[in-house]
Amino acid sequence: MDASPFSAPSRLDAPAPSPHNRWMLSFILRRVFQSVLVLLVVGLVAFAMFRFVGDPIDTMLGQERTMADIERLREVLGLNKPFFIQYWDFLVRAVQGDLGISYRQGRPVAEIIAERLPATLELALVSGALALFFGIVLGIFTAIRRDGITAHFVMTVSLIGVSLPTFLIGVLLIYGFGVGIDIRIPFTDTVINTGGMPTFGRGDTDIVFGWFFGGFRSGFGTWDGVQSIILPAITLGLYQMTLIMRLVRAEMLEVLRADYIRFARARGLGDRAINFRHALKNTMVPVITVTGLQLGSIIAFAIITETVFQWPGVGLLFINAIQFVDIPVMAAYLMLISVMFVAINLIVDLLYVFIDPRLRVS
Amino acid sequence: MTDTPHTDPIPEVRAQSRFARAWDSDVGYAFRHSPVAVISATVTAILILAAVFAPLIAPHDPFNPATLNLLNGLTAPGVPSAFTGETFILGTDDQGRDVFSTILYGMRVSLFVGFAAVTFALVLGVTLGLIAAYVGGWTETIIMRIADIQLTFPSILVAMLIFGIAKGITPIEYRDQVAIAVLILAIGLSDWVQFARVVRGATLVEKNKEYVQAARLIGRSPFVIMARHILPNVLSPVLVIATISLALAIIAEATLSFLGVGAPPTEPSLGTLIRIGQTFLFSGNWWILVFPAATLLVLALSVNLLGDWLRDALNPRLR
Repeated sequence: MDASPFSAPSRLDAPAPSPHNRWMLSFILRRVFQSVLVLLVVGLVAFAMFRFVGDPIDTMLGQERTMADIERLREVLGLNKPFFIQYWDFLVRAVQGDLGISYRQGRPVAEIIAERLPATLELALVSGALALFFGIVLGIFTAIRRDGITAHFVMTVSLIGVSLPTFLIGVLLIYGFGVGIDIRIPFTDTVINTGGMPTFGRGDTDIVFGWFFGGFRSGFGTWDGVQSIILPAITLGLYQMTLIMRLVRAEMLEVLRADYIRFARARGLGDRAINFRHALKNTMVPVITVTGLQLGSIIAFAIITETVFQWPGVGLLFINAIQFVDIPVMAAYLMLISVMFVAINLIVDLLYVFIDPRLRVS
Repeated sequence: MTDTPHTDPIPEVRAQSRFARAWDSDVGYAFRHSPVAVISATVTAILILAAVFAPLIAPHDPFNPATLNLLNGLTAPGVPSAFTGETFILGTDDQGRDVFSTILYGMRVSLFVGFAAVTFALVLGVTLGLIAAYVGGWTETIIMRIADIQLTFPSILVAMLIFGIAKGITPIEYRDQVAIAVLILAIGLSDWVQFARVVRGATLVEKNKEYVQAARLIGRSPFVIMARHILPNVLSPVLVIATISLALAIIAEATLSFLGVGAPPTEPSLGTLIRIGQTFLFSGNWWILVFPAATLLVLALSVNLLGDWLRDALNPRLR
C-alpha cells in the first residue's frame, strides 16, 4: 500500500514516451491542468461556503431592514446573478486579493492573513529544517550502526514518536520544559528544575523585512524570540523527523546491500567515503520528494501546534474561525492552503522527473 | 431436483464452532505466536469492555452534580481528601469529579465516535469503490477524481473543515446536541478515500474472474453481483484498513476535541479531558492531564499495533 497520502496517479499511468521531449511537455501540461482543476474545485467549495452557510444579507444588515434594503444589497453584492457568474466574480476577486471581510474582526481577510502568515512560515521552516537535519543524521546513524544498542534505542523511541498525537507531544513538552519537573541530584540537596522555557506566543519580534502589510516580522532578532520557537518547532517537527529518519534508514540499508557498494569495499575505499560519497547520495532522491510533500502537511499540522502554544499564525486563526463560525476566514484559509499544497505537489512532481533520469527514459 | 439431501464432506470440521475454527486457522496460529498481538489485543479488549461497562465500573457518576462534593476538588491521587477523607485512585478535578470515572466515560465517547466514524467511512468507501470499479466509465472517473483531490489534503484538515461548515449550518441552540453526530460525519468523510481506493483496486481484479462472469451469465443483477459475489472477496484488506483507521479516528477525534472543535463540554471525550487538564498544568495538578493522556496513548498504541500485526498476518507476501 502506498504510505504517502500524496501519491499522484498521473506519474504512474503516464504513457510510454516516443520522443521524450514531447512526453515531458505533455506530462507537465497535464499536471498543470490537473492542478488548476483542483484549485477550481476548492474555489467552488469555498464559494459555496460563502454563499450558502448563513445568509450574507442577514449577516450584513441588522434587525431594522426593509425589503428595499435587502433588494438593494442583493443587487450590490451581485447575489441576484446566476450561480456560475457569481462563482466567476468570486474567483476574480480572490485572485485580485479580495477575500472578503472577517465577520468577527470586521477587517479585510487578506490583511489579517498577511499579518499572520509570517509566524506560520517561520515555524514551518524552522521545524522543517530541524526535522530534515536530525532525520538524516539519525537515519544514517541507525543504518550504519544498525546492530548497536544506541541505534535500537533510537528506533524504539521513534516508534513512540510516531504513535504520539501532535497535540500530546506539545502538551508533554510544556509539562517537561515549561512547567518543569524537579530533579534531585543524588547524594546532594541540589534540586534542578527542568522548566523555564517560554510556552506561549512568539516572544519579541523586532526584525522586519519588507514593507507590505507592516512587513514580515521575525522573532530571530531577540533571544526571547529564538527561545519561544524551540518548543513549538520540536513539537511540529518530531513526527516528520521520525518519518525522514525511518526513510533514510530504509533507503541506506537498501543501498548498502547494492553491488556497487560491495565493489567499492573490494576496491579498499574507506568507510567514510563509502557511506557518505557513495551510499548517501543515492538515498537522497526519495528523501527530497518526501520532504517536499511533507512541507504541506507541516503547514496543516501547524494548526495543532499553534493552538497548543498560542502561536499567532494562520493555523490559530483558522481554529478560531471555526469556533466562531467566521466563514470568510475559513474560506480564505482553505484557498490559501490549497494553493500551497497544489503548488508543492506540482513542484515536487516536476522535480522528481528532473532529478531521476530513469523516469524520463523509461 | 435440488432437494436431495446434501451430505457434508467434512462434518467434523463443520461441527467446530466458529471460534474454534478461527483459533485453528493460519491467522489464529500467527496470533497465538505473536506476543505483541496477544498483548495489544488484550489491552484493547480490556479498554473497550471498561468503556462499555463504564456505568457499572465507575466509582462515581461524574455527570450527576448531586454526587459531587466541591470540597473534594483537586485531591491528589491515592491521598485522602483534606476535608472529607475520601480517597480517589486517580485524584479529582477542580469540581471534585473523580478522574478515573471521567476517563471511563470519556473513553466511551472516544471509542463510540471512533467506531461510528470508521463504520461510516467503511460503508461509504466500500460502496463507492465497488461502484467505481464495477460500473467504470464516467462514474469511476468522477468518484476517483474526488478521491484524488481529497487525498491532496491531510484528513485532519478535511475533518476540521467539514466540522466548521456543519457548525455554520446548524442553528446555535442545537449545536451541542448534534456535535457528536457532526464529529462522526466529519471524521468519516475525511477517511473514506482509503477504503474506496483499496476496494476499487481489488474489485478491478475480481470482476474479470470466472465466477463473476458466470454470475453475469445466469442473469444476476449488478447489485447482487457486487454485494453477494465480489464484496466477500475484497473484504480482507478492508479489515486491515479499518483497524488502522480506528486508531487514526480515535486520535483525530481527540485532536479535534482538544482544539475545541469536537465533543461538547457536556459529553467530554479523552481529548476534551486533556484540553481541560492542560489548564491545570501550571498549578501543579498534573494528574488531571497525565492520566487521560496516558489512557489515550495506550488505547491508540494498542489498536495501532493490532492493525500492524493484522496487516502482516493477512498479507502472505510480507511473510
